Amino acid sequence: MNVMLLSLAVWSCGALICLAARRGAALLGPLFVVGGAMPLLVQSLQVLFSGQSVVLWMPWQVPFGSFCVGMDALSAVFSAPLLIVSALSAVYGSGYLRKAPPAALGFHWFCFLLLTMSMWLVLAARNAVLFLVAWEGMALSSFFLVLFDGRERHVRHAGWLYLTAGHLGAACLIAFFALLGRGSGSMDFAAWDTAGWAPGVRHATFLLALAGFGVKAGLVPWHVWLPEAHPAAPSHVSAVMSGVMIKTGIYGLLRALEILAVPAVWWSWLLMGVGLFSGLLGVLLAGMQADTKRVLAYSSVENVGLITLAVGLGLLARHCGQPVIAALAFTAALWHAFNHALFKSLLFLVAGAVAQATRLRTMDRLGGLLRRMPITGAAGLIGATAIVGLPPLNGFVGEYLLLAAAMRSVTIGAGMPVLAGLAVLGGLALIGGIAAVCFARFFGIVFLGEARSSEAVAANDPPVPMRWPIATLALLCLGMAAIAPAFAGRLANVLPGGAWLGGVEKAIWHVWAFLLGGSALAGGMVVWSAMHGRPVVRPATWGCGYAAPTPRMQYTAASFFEPLSRFFEDLLPVRKKEVLPAGLFPHRAAWRARVTDVVMARLYQPLAKWLDWILAKPRRLQHGRLHLYLLGIVLALFALMIWKLE
Amino acid sequence: MPSLGTGLNVLIGLAAAPLLPGIIARVKAMVAGRRGPPPLQGYYDLIRLLHKDHLRSRTATWVFGGAPAVGLAAVVCGLLLMPVGRQPAFFSFEGDWMVLLGCLALARWCAILAALDTGSGFAAMGASRDACFSALAEPALFILLAGLARQTGELSLSGMVAGLAPSAGLTDAPGLALLAAALGLALLAENARIPVDDPNTHLELTMIHEALVLEQAGPDLALMLYGAALKLWLFGLLLMNLLVAFADSFAVWCGMILMAAGIGVVESAMARLRLLKVPPLLVGAAALAALGFALIWRTTP
Repeated sequence: MNVMLLSLAVWSCGALICLAARRGAALLGPLFVVGGAMPLLVQSLQVLFSGQSVVLWMPWQVPFGSFCVGMDALSAVFSAPLLIVSALSAVYGSGYLRKAPPAALGFHWFCFLLLTMSMWLVLAARNAVLFLVAWEGMALSSFFLVLFDGRERHVRHAGWLYLTAGHLGAACLIAFFALLGRGSGSMDFAAWDTAGWAPGVRHATFLLALAGFGVKAGLVPWHVWLPEAHPAAPSHVSAVMSGVMIKTGIYGLLRALEILAVPAVWWSWLLMGVGLFSGLLGVLLAGMQADTKRVLAYSSVENVGLITLAVGLGLLARHCGQPVIAALAFTAALWHAFNHALFKSLLFLVAGAVAQATRLRTMDRLGGLLRRMPITGAAGLIGATAIVGLPPLNGFVGEYLLLAAAMRSVTIGAGMPVLAGLAVLGGLALIGGIAAVCFARFFGIVFLGEARSSEAVAANDPPVPMRWPIATLALLCLGMAAIAPAFAGRLANVLPGGAWLGGVEKAIWHVWAFLLGGSALAGGMVVWSAMHGRPVVRPATWGCGYAAPTPRMQYTAASFFEPLSRFFEDLLPVRKKEVLPAGLFPHRAAWRARVTDVVMARLYQPLAKWLDWILAKPRRLQHGRLHLYLLGIVLALFALMIWKLE
Repeated sequence: MPSLGTGLNVLIGLAAAPLLPGIIARVKAMVAGRRGPPPLQGYYDLIRLLHKDHLRSRTATWVFGGAPAVGLAAVVCGLLLMPVGRQPAFFSFEGDWMVLLGCLALARWCAILAALDTGSGFAAMGASRDACFSALAEPALFILLAGLARQTGELSLSGMVAGLAPSAGLTDAPGLALLAAALGLALLAENARIPVDDPNTHLELTMIHEALVLEQAGPDLALMLYGAALKLWLFGLLLMNLLVAFADSFAVWCGMILMAAGIGVVESAMARLRLLKVPPLLVGAAALAALGFALIWRTTP
């Protein structure tokens, strides 16, 4: 029997069994997720490394639909991390939800299995109707997962925002596919040929794809749902959503570009602009957040931006006839998509472990957790170092590939590529530097120093089912760095016109060998300094001679980012409330600052107000009289039949 | 590529780096009319610190203990990638400049985490400023390297420096001079010198790098100071490579001493900028680099 059908059967039967089992779902749910994911993971890796795609086509009753699923190299690059992260998050979830009310668990695991299945189907679908069905399944199942703590007001608000954003995006996608299928009469991807299209239609199709997939990916200005929905969901769901679900947007964009074979030049500039802006705004807002999971959510906006930036540069290079630069940039995009899934979900699982151990997500009340949660803390350090893109971890490899592409286009190109390369170099330098501030702050305030609250003092490492997924993801980050040259070489062949040329492969092996040697040197020096050190005296941290230092004297998360937030204050409007100490004997002082998302405040809120005003008018139709509604339905059916008769 | 001569350059760097801060201090003292410490004071300090006990806060974890060694290893790795005048670096490959900047970023990351590990408000303040200012200094470095690559058509540091030598004529001088000016500013900022940071200040609220290492003592501090000296050496080499690319290593060594003296003169002649004025200075450096790039772009169609 076909592996794909087998796994789909495992997942869908598992979902129904979980719904029925209720109590047993806590154990069965993760089991089914892992059981369905394993065979597909093997298949994805096979496809990725052999380069031979698999397709399964079956007729389907649905109009324009066919059950056509396939796995080619591009799908496999996204499917492998999806399956790894979903399986590990499910195992983690069994521990994370151990104190949740058992009644809610059946439905939760039902939705989780549906989410895994529909995400995979989105990657595998080769028919537009099937794709849209899977897309909608993904949006709805994750919506219900977000609402797990639906009794809280802010969670419901987040879910509502997510549902709205998701469906506006889906509307764009329906229009996108309708345009594509319009000429050929079939909705199978393979049947489409866009070669002879008028430029106007082609541009419209691209813009619809960018908006539709951009919403899911969380690109600025469509990112506003992401920092609300990801923190509201349970942590293993946030890991899946932020690590892999948003990547289906990137996948969709790449697939759309593949279908629209000949891109216009301005598309690549638009992609690069959106990518750069997402990267900068995402990382700045990430640095301003007080909530651990909101930091990570905004950082996802940044990383998706970097991936889009790489795609844009690749398109431009391909257009200008620079295959080596294009291959480097596309490989950078795919590498980053793959590895961001690993370290971002790792960081979400770490943040979840912290949130569960302390019941806190506010960074300024945490601190000193590395000593109390040694495994979580060490994994968090690996994740933070990887996401900042520091050598020798896997994040650096992606940065290297993108910078190498940019430097080549600055050096070799003429005209447009030079400007694009310079923008990428300068932008990436700034974004990378700010990301380092942001994650030094994340790791430093949460895990280092002294505990800032009694909850943080009492924290402990999580139980085994949560500990193992965290450790596995951290090891995967190290492992990806260890096999970087071979794996990057494989990724280079995924998109057409790839393959390493012009000595790139040799350079990557050089970097790899150098970093391996450097790591050995660093390890040796650490061991040497630990073995041959002088005796260690352990006094208290110097507190300016103050006799009774308290943890509240430590620097806070807000102050850590202050130099940058002040510099970028035009991009980051902060609402401040201050009561300054006054008089000779000041007694009361207060300070409150809240950063607002500039896109939400300046774009969507005015827009929503205006829409509200407009839409209040036709609301008269919504009178609540059922018999009139039924009459309407009957009339509509009649009209359809008459239309069909003619 | 690994050879006796390039290995010797690395060894000279490892041995001579602590000399630079000594020279700077000596020049500053002479300008101020004092005799000042001997130029070898840096070495005496290192030896003295290495013989002390470790002093590590009760709050600190293994991050604090491991950070100085990893940070120093990262800077040493960076030194292996830096050419010296006409002589190439010990290792050189496409994109080695990214690895070099990555190593420096890793060293900074270690120092910042170690500072946060102590829970000291002052150390964290230094960490915050160091991290934020270097984030703003980064674009200048990337753009000026892009300018060098554009000028020479090379993708590795050694290639860029070797390619500079024949082109060092009057035609290309303005662009390269702008790049050198940007690099000079980045050098002062990255190495915590006036006008960005005052290494001699004793007021914690105004310190950057000194506050960052406030809690380090004994051998830990020795590793951090040595790493800082090596970093200054690295930046000095890059500047010399830009200014006297055609020269052999002896001229570069002399240039390094002159540069240290120059830093001493700058530090004597001007005061530290207010912290709020530092970001515009760094953006200015990036703008200079971009202008230099634009000039180079004109002559290399």
